[in-house]
Amino acid sequence: MGKTFAEKALGRAAGYEVVANQVVTVEPDWCMSHDNGAPIARTFKKIGVKNVWKPERICFILDHAIPAPSSDHAVNHLEVREFVKEQGIPNFFDVKSCGGVCHQKMCEEGYALPGLIMVGSDSHTCTYGAYGAFSTGIGRSEMAAAWATGKIWFKVPESMKVVVEGKFKPGVSAKDFILKFIGDVKADGADYMSVEFHGQGIADMSIAERMTLCNMGIEFGAKNAVCKPDQKVLDAIKGKEKCDRWEVLWADDDATYAAEYHYDLGDIIPGVAKPHKVDNYGDINEVKGTPIHEAFLGSCTNGRIEDLRAAAAILKGRQIAVRTVVIPASWIVYRQAMKEGLLDIFLDAGCIICNPGCGPCMGNHEGILAPGEAAISTANRNFKGRMGDKESFIYLASPMTVAASALKGEIADPREVL
Amino acid sequence: MSEILKGRAWVFSDDVDTDLIYHNKYLAETDPKNMPQYSFEYYPGKEHFAKEVKPGDFVVAGKNFGCGSSREHAVYCLEYAGVPAILAETCSRIYYRNAINNGYPVLFVKGISAAIKEGKIKDGDLLEVELATGTIKDVTSGNVFHGDAVSDLENDIMQAGGLFPYLKQQAAQK
Repeated sequence: MGKTFAEKALGRAAGYEVVANQVVTVEPDWCMSHDNGAPIARTFKKIGVKNVWKPERICFILDHAIPAPSSDHAVNHLEVREFVKEQGIPNFFDVKSCGGVCHQKMCEEGYALPGLIMVGSDSHTCTYGAYGAFSTGIGRSEMAAAWATGKIWFKVPESMKVVVEGKFKPGVSAKDFILKFIGDVKADGADYMSVEFHGQGIADMSIAERMTLCNMGIEFGAKNAVCKPDQKVLDAIKGKEKCDRWEVLWADDDATYAAEYHYDLGDIIPGVAKPHKVDNYGDINEVKGTPIHEAFLGSCTNGRIEDLRAAAAILKGRQIAVRTVVIPASWIVYRQAMKEGLLDIFLDAGCIICNPGCGPCMGNHEGILAPGEAAISTANRNFKGRMGDKESFIYLASPMTVAASALKGEIADPREVL
Repeated sequence: MSEILKGRAWVFSDDVDTDLIYHNKYLAETDPKNMPQYSFEYYPGKEHFAKEVKPGDFVVAGKNFGCGSSREHAVYCLEYAGVPAILAETCSRIYYRNAINNGYPVLFVKGISAAIKEGKIKDGDLLEVELATGTIKDVTSGNVFHGDAVSDLENDIMQAGGLFPYLKQQAAQK
């Protein structure tokens, strides 16, 4: 009987063959933490172990609130710097031009590699499945324990197969597909499962688009989400690999799945997640005309150069009607956008550009909403009050839909302004 | 361990996300003892939970409890409020792990999501819960529910009192 990706990846890490529902203990290839590394370091110190198991496998990337918007955040950053120094951790992205959103950095710097076991103290760690890694989010206590012991337990998950064929029509992108999909399977559709994206529709996608899909895995309950590591991935990681432990793994054709779905990308139209749940899907015809007060283009879901290009193509030579915050996912993306003239396009249109980081996504700074205000955002969560006041509203959408909506001051169909 | 716990029910819907349980506004707080005051502040109709919850009261929820962020605050804020266990149809993966790793019991209760929607279990109902068997008796309504047992490893971690005591036990045995 064939094996799923999760069975292969966890079996490889465990050193023996495994099947779904078996519990294994494995050594993680990378442990990633962001600003919350500070409380984890405090917990770690309480365990009574002096040194982390392997400093070279731990990554710290400050991104949640940078530069620090409050002294509490500044204290966290300070503690992370001290811990990094004290433990001799080589993989550190401070509040400097080497940085950016943690998941973007893990991918663009060559940490995310096929077949690796990657854990992060952030729920969107599932993003690295775009590179064929088995990656998942864990809590703070668990991260402290992983640093101390170099071990983590997993129940080998059952798997969901999502077969995607066809091509997007103009004005439609990976975000529209994943929002529709989450609307169909609901927020708990893949609880505890490993989600595999199969099919020509995925093969034709850029890695940036695959990152958008895998990033949103947690929003329908997935333990991890993964796309087949093909030649595009091998080309992207070439010369950047941060370790040689990786191996291309993929599911067998006759693997066993707990659920299977089929989609044709040609059927997808622009859509949004309405407040206050990610599975509260509305297609563009339903929500068109809803007034908005802010547009946010950025985040680990959609802050890549491909996303900025798609939005800039719509904003070029036009004027925004509501405040629009653009945040490239990293300084590498920022520089590239600068070279391509995209930053000029955003500024000419009236947008403001903030430094790479998570920005207003979880309500820390750079675009907090007032009571009664609504935002359209390319991020991944629209939970009640996430971007600010309890009585504010978040619509999630693609970069093209966000750009089109920014121009009108209401939710708009990007296909009408292409 | 056939102890029967008695307490009132606080009833919640499906898909209660981590921002509803413990809002990101309070993430800078790192002392678990200070977290209960923020519990469910953003959950419509349960803003009074933090003030009125009594040690021994249960959180009863539908499907996918704790979806969203990996924040452990959402476990601590209930644990330190004295809620002895969460009774939910299902629970998000990270939330469940965080609970187990802190030795905090979550019972998966088949049919409770529908029971909540049908009003078969309501806010303020008196519950009798036997963690060892997973039996939940709603004394007020007379309905009985059955929770699942956890896996062996998960049970070992819980029995040890959480991940750190468990790891210490494991290290001592070697």
